[in-house]
Amino acid sequence: MKIVKEALAGTLESSDLLVKVAPAPGAGLEIVISSEVMQQFGAQIDHVVRDTLNKLEVTAGLVVVEDKGALDCAIRARVQTAVMRGAEAQQINWSALS
Amino acid sequence: MNDLIENGLAVQPLADEPLLDRQGRTLPLFSGFAHQTPYLKDPVAKRSRKICGTLEEAIRRSGLKDGMTISFHHAFREGDKTINTVVDLLARMGFKDLTLAPSSLLSCNAPLIEHIRNGVISRIYTSGMRGKLAEAISHGLMKHPINIHSHGGRVKLIQDGELTIDVAFLGVSTADSFGNANGISGRSRCGALGYAKVDAENAGTVILLTEEIVPFPNAPASISQDQVDFIVKVEQIGDPSKISVGAARITSNPRELLIARYAAEVMVHSGYFVQGFSLQTGSGASSTAATRFLEGHMRKAGITASFALGGITGGIVDLHKKGLIERIIDTQSFDGDAAESLRSSPGHIEVSTNEYANPGSKGTYCDQLDLVILSALEIDLAFNVNVITGSDGVMRGASGGHSDVAAAANLSIVVAPLIRSRIPTVVRRVTTVVTPGECVGVLVTDHGIAVNPNRPEIAERLTAAGLPVMTIGELQQRAESITGEPRPIEFLDKVVGIIRYRDGSVIDVVRQVKD
Repeated sequence: MKIVKEALAGTLESSDLLVKVAPAPGAGLEIVISSEVMQQFGAQIDHVVRDTLNKLEVTAGLVVVEDKGALDCAIRARVQTAVMRGAEAQQINWSALS
Repeated sequence: MNDLIENGLAVQPLADEPLLDRQGRTLPLFSGFAHQTPYLKDPVAKRSRKICGTLEEAIRRSGLKDGMTISFHHAFREGDKTINTVVDLLARMGFKDLTLAPSSLLSCNAPLIEHIRNGVISRIYTSGMRGKLAEAISHGLMKHPINIHSHGGRVKLIQDGELTIDVAFLGVSTADSFGNANGISGRSRCGALGYAKVDAENAGTVILLTEEIVPFPNAPASISQDQVDFIVKVEQIGDPSKISVGAARITSNPRELLIARYAAEVMVHSGYFVQGFSLQTGSGASSTAATRFLEGHMRKAGITASFALGGITGGIVDLHKKGLIERIIDTQSFDGDAAESLRSSPGHIEVSTNEYANPGSKGTYCDQLDLVILSALEIDLAFNVNVITGSDGVMRGASGGHSDVAAAANLSIVVAPLIRSRIPTVVRRVTTVVTPGECVGVLVTDHGIAVNPNRPEIAERLTAAGLPVMTIGELQQRAESITGEPRPIEFLDKVVGIIRYRDGSVIDVVRQVKD
């Protein structure tokens, strides 16, 4: 998927996260993660975000994650939603989301 | 013999040989009725001698010197306006190297960071810390590690001579001109002065900061005139509306209510839920809420409690008013309802932390306690409890009465959500041990209940009652399967906090967190 405009998903409530996607200023993928549980789960969050983007075939864009201690399933869902909103996806490839 | 006394003084020896006391010391001769009480010769000074025009004057008259120890009570919790004000003034007056020994510290005490940096405060004894101050100290702000003690353990440290309080600054809502003071009359009422009573009794010099000087004699006298040196009137000692901010809160969170319901059921089926039982429910969200669920159970069983102990909340007061709890033994009032009940109910009794929980006292109320509900930041496979350090290793809590009551009560029930955001509460090994696992009987989470293997009879009763009993290992596995395995926190070698068990021994240390 190609991110063509800015989009948001999620909230800043405890146990949730806010994901912001935007078209890349340069080429390539830039991921910025901040989290309340960075010390213990920073690597795991980074892994889930990259894995989700990879499955959605997002190869360029800016992805900013502000995490408030969300579980992996919530992180995946919020990243997917933000990407689909930013890509203005009409056709959803459901199998890529599971 | 009248000729021996002239102008009120003894002018010649009363006997040929000097008169000796039992220890062989020469007895002094009478030298006037006011020799040791000169103020009695001045009708004005006699009654007003303790009143100081300003706090600065009180500090000067107290004889406070660099290197001494000052103390405060924390009954106003996040609404406290005494600690910061006094330390600010001490800094302006040029004091250095003081030991700060309040009964506890909270987020509102962040301004102390500056006074630690500039050398006004060099050591701290406290039950806990929160917010920016706790964060700064966890990151190595202080040269000397702070000492974390329990409420009962603080009195023990004072009695054992380690913690010698030179000057106590005690905020009270009313005092008379002699120092009879309480927290249940006047404007800013915090309720019980359980911590302040200890300082009033043990400090070298006691300064009362009062919002109002009321006509003599003020009653009741939680702090008595015979303990008070100086009195100064101040604008405000604290904001009582902020007492229930932070740890002491009322929940409507369904998960916390579920835990509370389980906790109440554990109490009911523990074997201790009989006519005349006693309880403590503390200030945590779930434990406060458990009180609400108890009412129905008590009515159904047709029983009443003999007393409720500890930090007292409106929930406990409600049961007291309804006749379900005969007496309230109050060392700290957690909200306005508790403070009002202390004022108005003869069955609501104020006690010091010495009477509450000091293991060195000749009798504590917590020794008489059946059931207690306690909170936890972390609990591990051996049931050890951490209430001090967060999962990031930063101090953000308080020891409080946790280890005191867990040790003394017939059954301690720890309540906690299985996970907080994605941080597991049930872990393999707690970051910091505050209460040893041998004192914890039951863990209640939103995913199930675990009973310490050292209490098989309790496990049997709870299982028979149909409660979801499982092993603590199963709960730990369940938590990890949801959150993933947390990466261990990195610490530096420097010790920033020493955790003192209630008897004064060292049970753990907190190290500086790596940035």
